[in-house]
Amino acid sequence: MIAQRTDHPWLMTRIYRFYRDGFRQMTVGRALWKIIFIKLFVMFAVLKAFFFPNFLATQFATDAQRADYVIEQLTRSAPGYVQPIKGEYP
Amino acid sequence: MIENLDLGMVNWARAQFALTAMYHWMFVPLTLGISWIIAFYHTIYVRTGSEEWKRLTKFWMKLFGINFAIGVATGIILEFEFGTNWSNYSWMVGDIFGAPLAVEGIVAFFIEATFFAVMFFGWNRVSKGFHLFSTWMVAVGSNLSAVWILVANAWMQNPVGQVFNPDTARFEMQSFFEVALSPFAVNKFTHTTSTSMMIGALFVISISSWYLLRGRHVLMAKRSIVVAAALGLIASIFTIVNGDEAAYEIAKVQPMKLAAFEGLYEGQTNAGLVAFGIVNPDKKVYNDQPAFTGPALHIPGLLSLMANRSFGSYVPGIKELVYGSAEHNILGAVQRKALGQKAVANLDAYRQAKKAGDEAAAEVQLAAFNENKAHLGYGYLAKPEEAVPPVALSFNAFHVMVILGCLFPLIFIGYLYFSFKQSLERKKWLLGLGTITYVLGMIAGQAGWIVAEVGRQPWAIQDLLPVTIARTNLTTATVQTTFFMFLVLFTLLLIAEICIMVKQINIGPEEN
Repeated sequence: MIAQRTDHPWLMTRIYRFYRDGFRQMTVGRALWKIIFIKLFVMFAVLKAFFFPNFLATQFATDAQRADYVIEQLTRSAPGYVQPIKGEYP
Repeated sequence: MIENLDLGMVNWARAQFALTAMYHWMFVPLTLGISWIIAFYHTIYVRTGSEEWKRLTKFWMKLFGINFAIGVATGIILEFEFGTNWSNYSWMVGDIFGAPLAVEGIVAFFIEATFFAVMFFGWNRVSKGFHLFSTWMVAVGSNLSAVWILVANAWMQNPVGQVFNPDTARFEMQSFFEVALSPFAVNKFTHTTSTSMMIGALFVISISSWYLLRGRHVLMAKRSIVVAAALGLIASIFTIVNGDEAAYEIAKVQPMKLAAFEGLYEGQTNAGLVAFGIVNPDKKVYNDQPAFTGPALHIPGLLSLMANRSFGSYVPGIKELVYGSAEHNILGAVQRKALGQKAVANLDAYRQAKKAGDEAAAEVQLAAFNENKAHLGYGYLAKPEEAVPPVALSFNAFHVMVILGCLFPLIFIGYLYFSFKQSLERKKWLLGLGTITYVLGMIAGQAGWIVAEVGRQPWAIQDLLPVTIARTNLTTATVQTTFFMFLVLFTLLLIAEICIMVKQINIGPEEN
């Protein structure tokens, strides 16, 4: 008598098959995935890479320099700002 | 110097942010709202075992999936814009929002990646209980993923629980709970999610009404409507209640915004809410022209009630908020500008003293800065009148939002009433109105964000940082280029969504 083989795949295998079969059975989903990938490519490989650099990260090497730059923006952008004479404070 | 600032760049950067946020908001409320409705449909299927409810659930799930897929990651573009166009702002708030937003993104991704797959692929492949649990978790996860971005927005409107560090130029969080649970944050989250559920219900009603008008999928459409209308009614009432609560908070923290909503130039006791009026485009805070062209219809005392919970109370107008009022103890933008300029000067002097190694002088300047730091942002305004937001746009958006917000519960009641009377199919006028209600819901939602964001101008962070200082010093042409790129990208996405959605609606639910 031949012992019947019971099929108890590993959890990871079952999860893999669950996703694999799910993706295979998709109908509208295939078109949607294509749109998602094209969109992500345009967003990250084109827009982010070429048009949206992080200004402070690319212009300054350290956080101290970035802080200095922003403080300067905060203090010198006020209307009527006058450069104080060295050693004098308002 | 402010004279050298390229204001064109600021306005283009604002327009780009508005464009991105508004397109993003075309997808988000439907995702947040319909996920709950689908969870209810799925629950009814599991409890009844009826194949019709299963078919119905799968159909709405498919439309949800289309909207989610097209809309996913559109919000990330807002983060790109922060780093490029709004670098000063990003730097200043990075300590407060950077980490929680990243954590939220990762948690939302894993919840959605896990339970989304089970929700869509799990039919007959996992237990009914686990499948239903997954559908509810998608609804919970989607709505939770909106928490921190809404808390961040609420904090910009009411920056509590923070302290400004003059050495690093950063706002640092002092109390997580004060930030996360401020009344602004709670109202923002509850108002946004209840509005989204309402918009989800309107979406179901629109498509189901269209089916009923054509005599297609009648049973599915009627069943869908009953559940959606019941949930929509609850959500719309909740939206009105927390919207009123939001207005009460705005009156306390952003009185200029409330005055702009109502075109209220002169403060009043027993102030009325405008039921109808056309804002005079030539009216400015410094001239004597009338606020409205032609007569305006007011509901007496209602604005006072909304602002202060008392009919006879005083509501300040734009004029008092700009020029101040000793009688009502109101510090106007004129006075606050002087104090803000002192704060800026003290901050600069503190920095100079620190650089010079003069610790004693630095301490004196820091103490002086701390006295006036609540008015810091006013120090950057070229003139006090800049503290006034665009009144006509705020007024119109607010009234469109309120009128539509009051109409929706009536529509839901109509649908429920005629459903229970078994005569809904014969009410062609209601079905015709119902078919366009989703568009009306989207208009109300967009108007709501215009109210929230235009109404708080000129501030990026209320009273502390105007948009002119929050920006990066880029050329206008740079921002214009990316503005039009986004316009094209988002329009293509929207066209793709509409085409795929319309095709699936035409096909209808699967017969098997």
